[in-house]
Amino acid sequence: MRSDRSSTPLSLKIAAGAGLLFLHVPILLIFLYAFTTEEKSYQFPPPGLTLQWFAVTWNRPDVWEALLLSIKVASIATAIALVLGTLCAAAVSQTRFFGREVISLLVILPIALPGIITGIALRSAFSMADIPFSVWTIVLGHATFCVVVVYNNAVARFRRVSGSLIEASMDLGADGFQTFRHVILPNIGTALLAGGMLAFALSFDEVIVTTFTGGQQSTLPIWMLEELIRPRQRPVTNVVAMVVVLVTFLPILAAYYLTREGDQIAGAGK
Amino acid sequence: MTAAVLFQKVSRHFGNVRAVDGVDLSIAEGEFFAMLGPSGSGKTTCLRLMAGFEQPTDGHIEIFGETAEGVPPYRRNVNTVFQDYALFPHLSILDNVAYGLMVKGVGREERRKAAEDALAMVKLPGYGVRKPGQLSGGQRQRVALARALVNRPKVLLLDEPLGALDLKLREQMQEELKSLQKSLGITFVFVTHDQGEALSMADRIAVFNNGKIQQLGTPEDIYKRPQTRFVADFVGSSNVLSSATLAKLGISAGAASLRPEAIQIGTSWAELLTLSGTVVACSFLGAVNRITVDCDGQRIIISAPAAMPVPEQGANITLAFSRNDMHVMEQA
Repeated sequence: MRSDRSSTPLSLKIAAGAGLLFLHVPILLIFLYAFTTEEKSYQFPPPGLTLQWFAVTWNRPDVWEALLLSIKVASIATAIALVLGTLCAAAVSQTRFFGREVISLLVILPIALPGIITGIALRSAFSMADIPFSVWTIVLGHATFCVVVVYNNAVARFRRVSGSLIEASMDLGADGFQTFRHVILPNIGTALLAGGMLAFALSFDEVIVTTFTGGQQSTLPIWMLEELIRPRQRPVTNVVAMVVVLVTFLPILAAYYLTREGDQIAGAGK
Repeated sequence: MTAAVLFQKVSRHFGNVRAVDGVDLSIAEGEFFAMLGPSGSGKTTCLRLMAGFEQPTDGHIEIFGETAEGVPPYRRNVNTVFQDYALFPHLSILDNVAYGLMVKGVGREERRKAAEDALAMVKLPGYGVRKPGQLSGGQRQRVALARALVNRPKVLLLDEPLGALDLKLREQMQEELKSLQKSLGITFVFVTHDQGEALSMADRIAVFNNGKIQQLGTPEDIYKRPQTRFVADFVGSSNVLSSATLAKLGISAGAASLRPEAIQIGTSWAELLTLSGTVVACSFLGAVNRITVDCDGQRIIISAPAAMPVPEQGANITLAFSRNDMHVMEQA
């Protein structure tokens, strides 16, 4: 049942519009101040518009350092998550073993835990094990929640790949590796891509776990936090914020379309 | 001659469940062999043991003289047509059929040709570019058949391949499968719960119940001379006459089977055995009427040609049948 357009009360329309504005206007304001000519205080409206901050940002080595570190961490964490998440999803969805439900719950738990808990837990674990804080401890911290995202995407798709497809492949002479390459991967490929992109985006703008697991390194979100406290050339932060929004928004959008298309493909076979 | 498939005291247990329990069988090369039984009788597990998806808990399996235990499915010269067809949804029909050749490293052009020939053989020429989702159930079934046969297996295993088709299509496919098997000369092993299908297609039938073979023989053997009450009942709902009823006929035996269509009503020749009873129910089934008669507590079902007059319910009638149509069973 779909309610008629004219029957929606005006007050509801206004409330919905106000809600959306409340969510999105602050983001637009951040974009706006990336173009302001005045850098000391954010006065409204901006006295003038300029593109000079893009050039300034481009020439700041600390921005580049933070950006490259963020990309490195997100890429490695995503790669780890893709391997572990896929293996775990395969085990949980294709076989039956003692403790299967518990494992599937434990895998999902890190994303339900507040980041600060994950962060403190990992930090004390790293200290106890005498592991020095480095890029790799950040990667490990990020991998804990990236695995969940990949796992969730993969497990849903694995459940739709019927067991008899794998048996049919083996029956026709394909060994385990050939079956994975020719039957399993094409069927779960888009789910992995979507999961990987979501994982990358999550890692790219993560702050809390990074603060606890990082040493002297600062990823892009950490760099931004520091800039807010001790600003120099304030609008540079806004330019970086725009970049972060684009870098995380595009993969998430792509992931959304990929999984939607995947549903249609899988549905056509039924 | 080496048997195509040989089972020696094969068992497959799942925990406490004896899915297959000490099965012996020997399937000859070029034979059309049916494994018939209700669901859970162990027939599908036997098929999976042949395909290599299951390993026996106990016993010995040979396929064309070679030991099969421990040999994975992809190293067996055996192919399966799955109950749900298991076509790969992401591949075209042609790539589906050519899959077995592709993983064996056959060249692109050669496998395309072989796949097209196989599609022509199952009467789907030119369907190669479509996806499985675009075909009907019957067409998918033919693709599954082509995909298995293109590998030239020594044994083709079919797991209830006609189960999902409607009646008319099923009858047509039965004939096609039979003639395909004759022309190719490949050993077919067929699992079904439909006794009509098994009787009409198979050279020999193994009737399964509770993980054991109840009887193994030609369709005529199974139908006319069931050895156990289960076979008599499962293969075409035979009447099983109790020892008390047999005593009235002057026969001393534990039980005997009698086919519903072997009984006549009202006729009484000297050479026929007769029983009298009361008509309990009558139902019209098209070509025949099914009449249920009570003879002093022994229920007997008669299937009489529809052209014959139907007796009234509650009427006393005389049943007549030949001693030769009755089969005394070895075990009750």
